[in-house]
Amino acid sequence: MISNQAPQGQAPAAVRPDGGPGGGAAPPGGGPLGSRLRGMNVSVLREVALLPVLVLLIIIGTLVSPAFFTVSNFAGIGQQSSALGVVVVGESLILLIGGMDLSLESTYGLAPMVAAWLLVPVAAYGNGLELSPYLGILVLLAVGAVVGLVNGLLIVKGRLNGFIVTLGMTIVLAGMQNGIVKAQSLFNLPPAFGYLGAASVGQLPVSLIVAVIIFVLTGLFLRYHRAGRAIYAVGGNPAAARAAGIKVERVKIGVYVVGSVLAAIGGLMEAGRVSAVTGQQGYGEGIIFTVFAAAVIGGVSLKGGRGNMVGAASGVILLGIVSDILDLAQVSNYWIEAIDGAVILFALVLARVVGGESTAEER
Amino acid sequence: MTSSAVSSGAGALVEVTGVEKRFGTTRALRGVDLSLDAGQCLGLVGRNGAGKSTLVSILSGLSEPDAGTVRFGGAPAPRTGDIGRWREWIATVFQHSMIVPHLSVAENVFLGAMPSMLRPSAAGPSLVSWRAMRRRTRGIMGEWGLDIAPETPCGELSVEQLQVVEIARALARGARCVLLDEPTAALERQAIRRLFDRVRQLTAAGVAVLYISHHLEEVFEICRDVAVLRDGELVLTAPTASLSKDDLVAAMVGGVATAGQASAGAGGAAAVAAVEGASAPGEAAPGDAVLEVDGLTSDSARGRLSGVSLRVRAGEVVGVTGLLSAGVATIGRVIAGAEAHSGGEVRLHGRPVPPGQRAAAQRAGIGYIPEDRRAEGFVAHLGVAENTTMAITRELSGRLGVLSPRRRAIAAAPFTAGLSLVSSGPAQPVAELSGGNQQKVTVARTLAHRPSLIVAITPTRGVDVASKELLLSSLASVAATSGAGVLLCSDELSDLEICDRVLVLVRGEVFTEFSNPPFDRDTLILATEGITGMTDEAARTAEEAAE
Repeated sequence: MISNQAPQGQAPAAVRPDGGPGGGAAPPGGGPLGSRLRGMNVSVLREVALLPVLVLLIIIGTLVSPAFFTVSNFAGIGQQSSALGVVVVGESLILLIGGMDLSLESTYGLAPMVAAWLLVPVAAYGNGLELSPYLGILVLLAVGAVVGLVNGLLIVKGRLNGFIVTLGMTIVLAGMQNGIVKAQSLFNLPPAFGYLGAASVGQLPVSLIVAVIIFVLTGLFLRYHRAGRAIYAVGGNPAAARAAGIKVERVKIGVYVVGSVLAAIGGLMEAGRVSAVTGQQGYGEGIIFTVFAAAVIGGVSLKGGRGNMVGAASGVILLGIVSDILDLAQVSNYWIEAIDGAVILFALVLARVVGGESTAEER
Repeated sequence: MTSSAVSSGAGALVEVTGVEKRFGTTRALRGVDLSLDAGQCLGLVGRNGAGKSTLVSILSGLSEPDAGTVRFGGAPAPRTGDIGRWREWIATVFQHSMIVPHLSVAENVFLGAMPSMLRPSAAGPSLVSWRAMRRRTRGIMGEWGLDIAPETPCGELSVEQLQVVEIARALARGARCVLLDEPTAALERQAIRRLFDRVRQLTAAGVAVLYISHHLEEVFEICRDVAVLRDGELVLTAPTASLSKDDLVAAMVGGVATAGQASAGAGGAAAVAAVEGASAPGEAAPGDAVLEVDGLTSDSARGRLSGVSLRVRAGEVVGVTGLLSAGVATIGRVIAGAEAHSGGEVRLHGRPVPPGQRAAAQRAGIGYIPEDRRAEGFVAHLGVAENTTMAITRELSGRLGVLSPRRRAIAAAPFTAGLSLVSSGPAQPVAELSGGNQQKVTVARTLAHRPSLIVAITPTRGVDVASKELLLSSLASVAATSGAGVLLCSDELSDLEICDRVLVLVRGEVFTEFSNPPFDRDTLILATEGITGMTDEAARTAEEAAE
């Protein structure tokens, strides 16, 4: 937005009292019915669209339980949300290029499972290799990268439908996750392997710190890096991006790889947090629904090209607070899912109303 | 409302009084009065951004005026958005096809108003009567001398046939006024003739036609009266017979805008200077072949190529023209790397350009102004500066790839200013600009990466007269000053005025070449039709040029 002050030739821009740009050019056909005062003001509005909801939730939480508004509770929310949050970053990137990846939830389970399987002794259902935990983390990242690469190649080079490819991949990966360990759970993970998910610096969980760093770096990358801007161009209009010399296929495949690697890192955090890798992690828990919900509540468009990390982060925080409040309010386990789902729908509607949907280019 | 019969004849069929519409701070329409009688063909002209599109959307019942009224046959118009009722009076054939390609012709004709099985004569919400739908479609087609089978899937139709389906749709609803928005934009010359015949047939039957076009000669040919919009105001309404083309252009451009055009010219020079100043040293000297194309073949759906060879020298503007199906767009796309080809070779400065790789072609120095700006020209919700600099992010970013919005804006400024692009600022989304300004973004994006060859495909399609000249002259001056070659692929003959040479393609082959401007319009038209009688004269022209 700094760019508003830059020279702009002879454009006779009407200047509003606040110094921002006025609507200079005539509207294209059809004329959007909504306000034309867009640009910066609305994008800021959209980014903070969830703020009132978050404030409301914090008030409700405080009323529900005295334990809510405490540092330890917030640290707990942070630790529980950070694994999910990292997956949401990955999914958001993939949504931004106009793709979708259901298999992130299986990568989230399989990658730590493969790594743990190579780490723990045969007695604990490992394969007996007993790798060093650091090598294990490399293996975990590699599993993520390979899954993302296969997805990307099938979708981009093979021109297959992303929904079906990743749905198939989800089930294949989840099957492998149980297959390699014969449906056992792996415990007694080496401390270095679980450090990311389990350790804390003072009251602050390491996983939260890392997740925040990932959010911030990704946000800056998307806004200020050449490749980040290429992601928006590819998602907004792939044909125009290609005509402008952007290597559309390479960008897309790269994003699928990065997305899957982030899902693997999320899986590592989760494994550390619960000090185990179970067959249920990921696909069994059905986390992909929550991942999509967080991204979409945060304003990442399913059609590609729109959304940012501020939004995605607020989506994650919102869902984290909601599930925490439901825990504290001791809502019956039988009802917790229904309420969780209803809250997600409500948040979606609210985000849409406050943030407004896209206005451009609908034909 | 339907009771107020049209047959009264005395009252205007469509009457617009004092219509106002604003978008934010922009007043798109200011007190527009317009009336249309049964059987009248009224032309509506104006530059991009004059308010035509806004008026079309109000007349189509899609958006509501802030003030003023629309009356049909003396009675107030239906509520905005009540499209069903609205269509009984006025139906719009939009610039961009509103046809569902997977449905049949009959389904598209009755889209949203399918005949009911219970009462086949009326549209109803209950079960669809396919037989009635097909029968009535056949009836309408027969009555108006249109010839498309109702069962045909619309995906198989040509652009012209799709337009016929849209007209049939308008007639099926019994609309008494048909609004044609840029109907000839994608039509070939003969199809345009047939469209004109249909329009005359409609007006003779008492249907009113509002004809919106950038092509003034069409307006003179087909319209009884013409209305001119400028900056949201209706500045002139008169019988076409009483006006000359210059009168019309003067009314469209207005006194103030002429001065603006002069400064625009100066700006264009600035853009050119920006290009020239940074041209890499060691560019080809004038006269050297920048582009060599040999034996290019392609099976593209846009038009096949069967062995096309051509040369473009430094600083030369070469036109390629022909009918839509002749491969004019295909050759441009293949050279620009936007599409692969099946045989032949493209060389830039003597080095082969890898086929079908747009990024590689761009790195080699080929700029590309695509045929359809909405599809390939820009990313709609990104800003003007970001779109303009999209091809040069590598140069603008540091070693780490960091790209600041400010640098982007500064880099884009000379190009957007040079083309007199009007926007509220570098961050304004391109979606919000008018069609002409959007095209300027597309051209600026190409000029920004300082290509040694510019491939421009129909660069002035759907652009107003003043912007058209500006765009063409900027291309010509880039060629003249920076030594870039320009390959201009266009079926609009007026684009070819800036060319040094023109190649005419017929069915994917070079039919003839004209090399001494100014080119005779009629000769060109005949050549595009591949008329053999002209080959002799063409040969003579070529001979003269050789001497």
